[in-house]
Amino acid sequence: MAKVMDDRRYAESHEWVKIEGDIAVIGISDYAQHALGDIVYVDMPEVGDEMQAGEVFGAVESVKAASDLICPVSGEVVEINEALEDAPETVNADAFDTWIIKVRMTDAAEYDALLDAAAYTQLCENE
Amino acid sequence: MKNYDKLIFELSRPGRKGYQLRRNEFGFDALDNIPAELRRKDSPELPEVSEGDVVRHYTNLSNKNFGVDTGFYPLGSCTMKYNPKINEELASMPEFAGLHPLQPVETAQGALEMYYNLQQALANIAGLAEFTLNPYAGAHGELTGLMVMRQYHISRGDTKRTKVIIPDTAHGTNPASAMVAGLEVVEVKSKPNGSIDVEDLKPLLDDTVAGIMMTNPNTTGMFEAEILEIAKLVHEAGGLLYYDGANLNPLLGKVRPGDMGFDIMHINLHKTFSTPHGGGGPGSGPVGVAAHLTDLLPNPRVRKMEDGTFTIDTDDRSLGNVSTFLGNFGVMMKAYAYILSLGCDNLKNVGPMATLNANYIKESLKDLYKLPIEGACKHEFVFDGLADKSTGVTTLNVAKRLLDFGFHAPTIYFPLLFHEAMMIEPTETESLETIDEFIDVMRKVAVEAAESPEILKAAPVTTEISHPDETGAAKNPILSYRSLKQQQS
Repeated sequence: MAKVMDDRRYAESHEWVKIEGDIAVIGISDYAQHALGDIVYVDMPEVGDEMQAGEVFGAVESVKAASDLICPVSGEVVEINEALEDAPETVNADAFDTWIIKVRMTDAAEYDALLDAAAYTQLCENE
Repeated sequence: MKNYDKLIFELSRPGRKGYQLRRNEFGFDALDNIPAELRRKDSPELPEVSEGDVVRHYTNLSNKNFGVDTGFYPLGSCTMKYNPKINEELASMPEFAGLHPLQPVETAQGALEMYYNLQQALANIAGLAEFTLNPYAGAHGELTGLMVMRQYHISRGDTKRTKVIIPDTAHGTNPASAMVAGLEVVEVKSKPNGSIDVEDLKPLLDDTVAGIMMTNPNTTGMFEAEILEIAKLVHEAGGLLYYDGANLNPLLGKVRPGDMGFDIMHINLHKTFSTPHGGGGPGSGPVGVAAHLTDLLPNPRVRKMEDGTFTIDTDDRSLGNVSTFLGNFGVMMKAYAYILSLGCDNLKNVGPMATLNANYIKESLKDLYKLPIEGACKHEFVFDGLADKSTGVTTLNVAKRLLDFGFHAPTIYFPLLFHEAMMIEPTETESLETIDEFIDVMRKVAVEAAESPEILKAAPVTTEISHPDETGAAKNPILSYRSLKQQQS
């Protein structure tokens, strides 16, 4: 069974969000990396891009499929994980320790509306 | 020779030669007509090899191939049926193979008659008014068909229709073709059984919809039973229906896309009509349309004159040219040979046999593999991996293990509806013995997965290359001898 961490919240589209001050750190779940298989490319936005919750901010390409990355919260992209350009496979190695983008949140309530670990575990079991 | 992995360039030795040019038949040297400043200064660095080098090289390479001539190829959605050799024989007759696309039409009447007759045969099979055979392959046919759709709305001044509705189970080429045609893709959800959710479709049907793209049976192998209702709704909303012919095989001569309400379709001759598929084919993707769209078909066209002769024509109302000439002519010859050798009655047996074979495999394996959609399938079906998920053995492991038993793997991880999708299509051309052998091996692999999963994780062990570095290949592809040399230096 895929790992789920309870120090963060989850989107139904399998991104995780962890709060550091007013910054939302965003990655994809262990379940998602496992379902995708070997990841060969992570497409990321530019620093400074404005994101709306629910908007596509990038894509993950694996040997199996390409999947859009959906931004779970609104705000400005303040940092992208440039290391992923050369080593996208680190998402497979540890999905929860490998963030993809950091967003300065404009609406903290959007975070609270995401799934907690228990609800997300339930979602994965039903898929 | 084992593990042969040379490129022909690596065999090259200066001055070695194994060819004789044919006598110049034309009485002039084509080079004389090319201005000096346009001629290349350096030699083109072609490999310099003897005839024996060439023969051994390509024979060794061909031995690395797996194809329908070497074994069972249950690759779902690809219809890897046997390619009868009579097709090749007829297509390679010098009277056809030696034709030039610019020679006078009166000297190519037989070829044009074949084009015209094949076009008519496909129109009859599809229940549509007319076909163009010009598109070079399936995706090119999709693009051409969508250009017809777009042109139809534009020609009526209805320029706001830019959206194409595509189900989430569609072949990946459908949304890609729509984007290339300058249209916008809107996804419609499918129900758990893989069929389009009509309730989800209804709110999408407004006056910006150009049409819908579907394949029926869909990619889960199930017939879209609500197709007549869907056709009515889309037409009432002013849209057109596009049929992706990839899954035409089970319906051949039984159900016609035109009768289901489709306005435009493409056919993959390299699937349904037994012409070579894969390894460059080449393919051929004829596009057919209903009577109200025939004016828009691409140029050039083959017309039958009142005196029974044939001519090549262009039409001002056409959307334009999608090919330089009349498409992949040799492939059309093979498809025409297939249709005539089977004849009308045998063509009608193709679908039922393909459907029977698929259902036989499905029912024989559903205790060991997870069947997400119960009920009779058409020519193909999808398993969602092994029934027992506790072993950690994935669909990829099963697919690789099949190679050790001399079978090609099924289509895997498609459709995306199921995480461990394994899409199996046996076609009508396999014998009961071959199919039983495949079922035995699939059962054996499922038992291995439970008893000794490490065997599957290590598979394949009998192929030249066991586990290619797929990540490395995707990130850093070496696509030419030049880039290989650059990497090595």
